[in-house]
Amino acid sequence: MMLFKKPKNSLEGNPKIQFKLFKDKTDTLSKELFTCKKCKKAYSEKELSESFNVCPFCNEYYRISARERLDILCDSASFIEHDSELTSVNILGFEGYDEKLSEAKKQSKENESVVCGVCNIEGIKTAIFVMDPFFMMGSMGSVTGEKITRLFEYATDNKLPVVGYCVSGGARMQEGIMSLMQMAKVSAAVKRHSDANNPYICILTDPTSGGVTASFAMQADIILSEPGALVCFAGPRVIEQTIKKKVPDDIQRAECVMKNGFIDNIIGRKSQKSYIGKLLRMHMRYEA
Amino acid sequence: MNAYDHVLKARSKGRYTSIDFIKEVFTDFMEMHGDRRFKDDPAVICGLAYLSDIPCTVIGLEKGKDNNDKQKRNFGSAHPEGYQKALRQMKLAEKFNRPVIMFVDTPGAFCGIEAEQRGQGHAIAENLYEMSAIKTPMLSVLIGEGGSGGALALAVADEVWMLENAIYSVISPEGCASILWKDSSKVKQASENLKLTAENLKSLDVIEKIFKEDETLFKRLRDDMYELFKRNLKLDKDELIKKRYERYRRMGNVK
Repeated sequence: MMLFKKPKNSLEGNPKIQFKLFKDKTDTLSKELFTCKKCKKAYSEKELSESFNVCPFCNEYYRISARERLDILCDSASFIEHDSELTSVNILGFEGYDEKLSEAKKQSKENESVVCGVCNIEGIKTAIFVMDPFFMMGSMGSVTGEKITRLFEYATDNKLPVVGYCVSGGARMQEGIMSLMQMAKVSAAVKRHSDANNPYICILTDPTSGGVTASFAMQADIILSEPGALVCFAGPRVIEQTIKKKVPDDIQRAECVMKNGFIDNIIGRKSQKSYIGKLLRMHMRYEA
Repeated sequence: MNAYDHVLKARSKGRYTSIDFIKEVFTDFMEMHGDRRFKDDPAVICGLAYLSDIPCTVIGLEKGKDNNDKQKRNFGSAHPEGYQKALRQMKLAEKFNRPVIMFVDTPGAFCGIEAEQRGQGHAIAENLYEMSAIKTPMLSVLIGEGGSGGALALAVADEVWMLENAIYSVISPEGCASILWKDSSKVKQASENLKLTAENLKSLDVIEKIFKEDETLFKRLRDDMYELFKRNLKLDKDELIKKRYERYRRMGNVK
């Protein structure tokens, strides 16, 4: 297995964490002041970064990039990236896909919708994958599947736990059947990792849906979620089209999904690192 | 024939459904109901049957025949309990060294509030996870519509075969057209782009065999299945699931 280090990684040798709120059309964004979309209160960039992109007043969760998550989660300068150079091919010759891909790369500054590697969390070595909502809403293409599969295989070979952050609109339809096959491919690798008694902890973030929910997001030994995250197989719009009825808003939120028995616990962004660190420690085999 | 013609054919009225294949290819079919957790999902038929002299576990996504039957079977869209029922039968098949045959014909896993509440995503995920390592020969045959995750949940196998007019896709052409181009009339264009026909999928190495839909179909299916199972039943079980792992492992193009 080859390991690749990305040279300009803010994690390496630069422990200072910097956050940006990503600009979207509705944001009234000035250089220093942000306005929360929900409570409309304004706060400074510093306040926002200190709260990990969560509104300090109303606790509204904003999406953050894969790199920022790694910043929050990994012990400083411990992250080593794997397969960063892998990139998707338009195998089906799908109209407009090449343009979409290059746009996504530009927007997210990533080669694919997932960043994989190894790191230390609270001193414990672990394999980690983090999906990026700014790359085609974390949609799962062949490279996404390949990178996660390789990570699980690496973790199996090296007896490492896997920690995974999911955020995804589902399978990437521009890769047609190949994106569907990634669900089976990753699932098989998760199974092998699990059969070798290695722990897998997964954290669902807003939104986790479709093919990702129907595969590795729901296969972890421990499934955690961020507060208020949309966690579903079919999104509310698809359901409304199918059953011609309005879907209550809270029914697919993490709190409700936990009530239905599919999530182990809901953990706020600030406490995730220590919570996961503690879990990893408890999963180390006790030798009497 | 263009891709959309195949879509229409795959969905056409009067097409053979899973029940027909079970009756014509196998003998002594005995249906087994229920997932032992919640209820029986009529969209999924499970049971035991003989393929010539081999006792098999047969599973089929069933769209139904007449209007009443179709409604009862939810037009072949399974709920979580349907997938759980299928998985339970697969585990029994593993226990008794019976090959598993799955017939796939579904527009997709059902998208409804209750399906969500009972964990549709989890049910599919569990099937993919377990099926990758069930130690008995497994075969999936796409006979009509292969709708996304709902189809894949019964299509992780040693080999996947397809009828010439069946389709298999990550999303329906209608869904794709309306999401990508905000225009559901572009469904032909979407069908073309998705590469969902049997021929497309064969050239992408996603399926092993295509079956012509003529009067010898059932016989050819029976013969080919028999040959495959005879061969795979002799294989060492670890070797069998290693091959299955590798079948999916190679899928996907990366650079």
